Amino acid sequence: MDAINAEIFTLTYGSMVRQLIADLEDVNEVNKQLDTMGYNIGIRLIDEFLAKSKTGKCIDFRDTADKIAKVGFKMFLNTSAAVANWNADSTECSLILEDNPLTDFVELPENYAGLSYCNVLCGVIRGALEMVNINVSCSFVKDVLRGDDVSELRLKLLSQMHETYPYKDDD
Amino acid sequence: MMFGLFFSLKTFAAAMDPRTDTKSQLGAPLRIGESCTFRSFRTNNYKLHFLESPSGIKIVLNTDPNAGDLRDNLSYIYGLYVEYVMKNPLYTPGEPFKCELFLRNLFQFVKTIGL
Repeated sequence: MDAINAEIFTLTYGSMVRQLIADLEDVNEVNKQLDTMGYNIGIRLIDEFLAKSKTGKCIDFRDTADKIAKVGFKMFLNTSAAVANWNADSTECSLILEDNPLTDFVELPENYAGLSYCNVLCGVIRGALEMVNINVSCSFVKDVLRGDDVSELRLKLLSQMHETYPYKDDD
Repeated sequence: MMFGLFFSLKTFAAAMDPRTDTKSQLGAPLRIGESCTFRSFRTNNYKLHFLESPSGIKIVLNTDPNAGDLRDNLSYIYGLYVEYVMKNPLYTPGEPFKCELFLRNLFQFVKTIGL
């Protein structure tokens, strides 16, 4: 798989976020915009992931989270995440990123404390899973840029849709 | 018509699966990628190969009835689709596409496998 220099990637992402802040002037709007951008990336990215990793179906949500953490993050960010903190019904979990290439060289100034710098990742995961009929919500609960020791993404399974015949018999 | 054929064949294949304990009703909704699916069928004049990705992309290849297992080739075509259609910024996912570069590479690949 083609790889690009990690520093160029990091710096490009940084300048993009900077530009968004300048354009939108409100951190919540920026967070929302990053999520939307990620979503649009995700709905395309899923096919590349499936074609290159040659994975088949996932048995359950645990399997899905494992694949995202071990295969997905490895393939697209060259890092891997740990899956932890499952709730009792296996519908919520956390992806813990110890090393996140997006946050290299980044310091968050105090007046932007509400900014979820890597929010694009949430969107990517949400979009990609939606294409395989799994609806999730995804958000950062811990962020190294806000002084936590690791970055933690919380994934919550909302519903798994079924494949149904999209037309009525009379059509 | 194609879509209806695949849809019915898939649910039929799943309902016939002898390895699952719980039989789903024929035509009952399935999760994408759940249970088994069919890979090809053969008539006296042609053979139809079928690949469906978990994201719902379906690839169909019609060949000579004597052709062997083409699953690897189908997944290569899936790779081409990703490279030239999905990564094309002008393409909106879900729309029909007409992409010169994809077609050219597809024809070239089909020629090299000699079908």
